[in-house]
Amino acid sequence: MATKKKTIRTIPQERTPVREQDPQARAKNFSEVSLGYQLDDALREAERCLMCPDQPCVRGCPVGIDIPGFIRKISEKNFHGAYDTLTDTNLLPAVCGRVCPQETQCEGVCTVGDVLAPVAIGRLERWVGDLAIKEGWANIPYIEPNGFKVGIVGSGPAGMACAADMAKAGCDVTVYEAFHQAGGVLKYGIPDFRLPNEVVDAEIERLVRLGIKFECNTLVGRLFTIEQMISEMGFHALFVGTGAGYPSFMGIPGESFNGVLSANELLTRCNLMRAKEFPNFDTPLQPGRRVAVIGAGNTAMDAMRVSLRLGAEKVYCIYRRTKTEAPARAEEIHHAEEEGIEFHWLTSPVEILDDGKNNVRGMRCIRMELGEPDESGRRRPVPVAGSEFEFEADAVVFAIGTNANPILGQTCKFKLNRRGYIDADDDLATSITGVFAGGDIVTGAATVIEAMGAGRKAARSMKAYLGLRDSDVVYLPERAGGAGKLFGIDLSERGYARVRIA
Amino acid sequence: MQETKKDTGFEIVTREDFSDVTYLLEIRHPLMAKAARPGQFVIVMLHEHGERIPLTIADFDRNKGTITLVIQAVGKTTKEMQQNCRQGTHLYAIVGPMGIPSHIGKAKKVVCVGGGLGVAPIFPQARAYKESGAYVIGVVGFRSRELMFWEDRFRACCDELIVCTDDGSAGIRGLVTAGIKQAIAKHSDIDEVVAIGPPVMMKGCAEATRSARIKTMVSLNPVMVDGTGMCGGCRVKVGGKMMFACVDGPDFDGHQVDFDDLMFRLRRFVPTEKAALERWQDSCRMKIPPIERLELPDPFEEVKGG
Ligand SMILES: Cc1cc2nc3c(=O)[nH]c(=O)nc-3n(C[C@H](O)[C@H](O)[C@H](O)COP(=O)(O)OP(=O)(O)OC[C@H]3O[C@@H](n4cnc5c(N)ncnc54)[C@H](O)[C@@H]3O)c2cc1C
Ligand SMILES: Cc1cc2nc3c(=O)[nH]c(=O)nc-3n(C[C@H](O)[C@H](O)[C@H](O)COP(=O)(O)OP(=O)(O)OC[C@H]3O[C@@H](n4cnc5c(N)ncnc54)[C@H](O)[C@@H]3O)c2cc1C
Ligand code: SF4
Ligand code: FES
Repeated sequence: MATKKKTIRTIPQERTPVREQDPQARAKNFSEVSLGYQLDDALREAERCLMCPDQPCVRGCPVGIDIPGFIRKISEKNFHGAYDTLTDTNLLPAVCGRVCPQETQCEGVCTVGDVLAPVAIGRLERWVGDLAIKEGWANIPYIEPNGFKVGIVGSGPAGMACAADMAKAGCDVTVYEAFHQAGGVLKYGIPDFRLPNEVVDAEIERLVRLGIKFECNTLVGRLFTIEQMISEMGFHALFVGTGAGYPSFMGIPGESFNGVLSANELLTRCNLMRAKEFPNFDTPLQPGRRVAVIGAGNTAMDAMRVSLRLGAEKVYCIYRRTKTEAPARAEEIHHAEEEGIEFHWLTSPVEILDDGKNNVRGMRCIRMELGEPDESGRRRPVPVAGSEFEFEADAVVFAIGTNANPILGQTCKFKLNRRGYIDADDDLATSITGVFAGGDIVTGAATVIEAMGAGRKAARSMKAYLGLRDSDVVYLPERAGGAGKLFGIDLSERGYARVRIA
Repeated sequence: MQETKKDTGFEIVTREDFSDVTYLLEIRHPLMAKAARPGQFVIVMLHEHGERIPLTIADFDRNKGTITLVIQAVGKTTKEMQQNCRQGTHLYAIVGPMGIPSHIGKAKKVVCVGGGLGVAPIFPQARAYKESGAYVIGVVGFRSRELMFWEDRFRACCDELIVCTDDGSAGIRGLVTAGIKQAIAKHSDIDEVVAIGPPVMMKGCAEATRSARIKTMVSLNPVMVDGTGMCGGCRVKVGGKMMFACVDGPDFDGHQVDFDDLMFRLRRFVPTEKAALERWQDSCRMKIPPIERLELPDPFEEVKGG
């Protein structure tokens, strides 16, 4: 449907709104907050894309999704085609459409955004991803087994992406996961009202259809080591995507009182172990009446909104900087505000107080002000002398970041960096030959899409290591860095047949 | 839902009952049997709706490809397992071996102390010390003679075995700390004491050896979720520093551990645990002949004997 050239004046001026559950109602349930686009919404929003020749959005996307490409296919009502375009680069559109920080990525640089609200790229992506799940689409290529055995440690987005690429290349892929269910943070961390577990399960099911085997309940490093996987278990190459576990605490007095916990513990109990359905599920979670969450990242927002849904009367966000510096997705902060979370910016706890029986009764906090910018460019918070005050709460949840998980460092001979993360080079190769690593375990806590991108990048390196030809070289020569020539033949000659390799 | 094994989990090959509250499960898991070292533990889920509970690997048989757990029925999950786990049934999930294996050093003379739910877990350590050539003095505590188990196994790997019972019906009358004192009085050259049991007991053991400055290792058992260092629920205070027992332990220097902190953290979920147990027992009572309602153990109390 080649239409006449669109301009900023001719496109629908308003960003198509998405239906959401009413804040009052949703604060009491775990159903999804955003109900997603309908067909009409998607078609209308797709009309807003200007098909910019310079494609700033594609450069804004960490994995370089062909954004105008997939949006054009939506407009052409070629929905399966749109899905194909998305999955050329993004394995998990239904997931990323929901959880990516689009405002700092593609949507942040969208041309339309210079004048109007940017194209809702994330919502369109999610719509296509959901449609694919509903229709059961899966791009299962013809796979010619190549005899290579590949092991993936960790089933988060990094591991899933690497597994998919290697399976499509014909490798025999096994994913090992320590938990009893696959999915990583997508499963145990991000709550259902943002990313329903069924969506993650559907994506995993697709990987199973690619022939990937999932072995849960397997703690690599302790049940067998990376070295054993190569020397005894017959793996030709490995990818490590174990994420950044190990939650930080502040080291202030009172952190072991009952009622103090990490956001990871709260979220795991609630999401993976389904303490929210206690006593139908056995895992307990002592609900707080007034819950104070320290931090303002995605994890903190999730912890607050989960506490609210578990029945807390009051939930506070305590953050030492201001809303401008808060690292959470804009949409999550907005949703949290709508649901009645109380924000206390420029505030930091200095001590947790108890009721004399080791149960939390509150915190002593101090006011902060913003000083000079630090290395990260954000203005450093400094305490205001004499501004301490008491804050009542019966649960304190820390969501102030994580450190490297120590298990693989303890058990395998990886070179680690200063902060304990796995040291990987530009090709994501580790110090052990044939072992690649990516995602949070290399970069520290980051995002789903970056982890996925790392998994795919590692897959490219792994293919090179195994001597497999990369399908990108044939289909997307520019991206593979071989622009102009392929196997020494000028592309313009086109005198060769395309063969299906990986 | 993502299932791992096509069969329904991990097979129980042996079940043995030591008493009304203590039972043994031997589980087929050849890889785990090969990897397990003394001091390590597993996390078990009975069924899909179950809680993840940590249990020490009390024994492993590399030839048979099995690991052994000895469990005290104290709450909902452990009682449900007591009722449902039979030979030939399956556990939904088991993962491990977790934790840093105990350091079996060059100690020439060691005292291995086990009380309550620590009797079985101390066994692989005693055996490992014996195999390393040390002189091993075992101290095990039970409430009474009827509750004793594994005396033969301990006798086989200990050069001396001191049995302590509350009522004096076997061995010496008193707590395991009395046994430790007896061992220290007899041997002036003890290099190390290893103690596993309820927190109060380990605290007592650490106190009993503090003045003699004997290195005392304890195995901490805080409430856990993942066992992989991801949640921080298992944090303990050792030497004033915060540690995660599942990945930094579970063994720590007993003279450095803040046991009071451990004990009050173990009570975090008491009201919910109690509710779960009562609800479960009520639902059982409808289906099967009534079972006796057992009192919840208090971690402050010296829980003894299996
Ligand atoms: C609560 C929360 C909310 C978030 N919200 C967002 C968001 O909205 N948008 C966004 O982009 N990002 C978000 N993130 C960040 C994002 O989820 C992570 O950056 C991403 O999941 C990292 O992926 P990964 O594959 O590296 O690791 P993970 O997803 O952490 O997966 C690692 C997996 O490896 C397993 N594992 C670890 N060690 C072993 C071992 N030794 N053997 C076997 N398995 C092992 C773990 O159990 C885990 O399942 C959020 C994170 C959290 C915690
Ligand atoms: C590293 C480690 C090794 C362990 N090894 C063994 C073992 O070999 N054999 C054995 O019988 N038990 C062992 N435990 C204790 C066992 O995990 C608990 O008894 C079990 O989780 C109780 O679950 P429940 O649902 O039956 O009881 P719940 O109803 O959950 O709890 C009942 C009572 O048990 C206590 N409790 C709860 N959770 C724990 C816990 N994680 N650790 C200690 N006490 C707890 C509390 O005081 C609680 O009030 C170990 C614990 C740890 C951390
Ligand atoms: S920048 Fe915005 S308008 Fe331009 S192609 Fe990308 S999505 Fe479309
Ligand atoms: S059990 Fe979760 S960190 Fe130790």
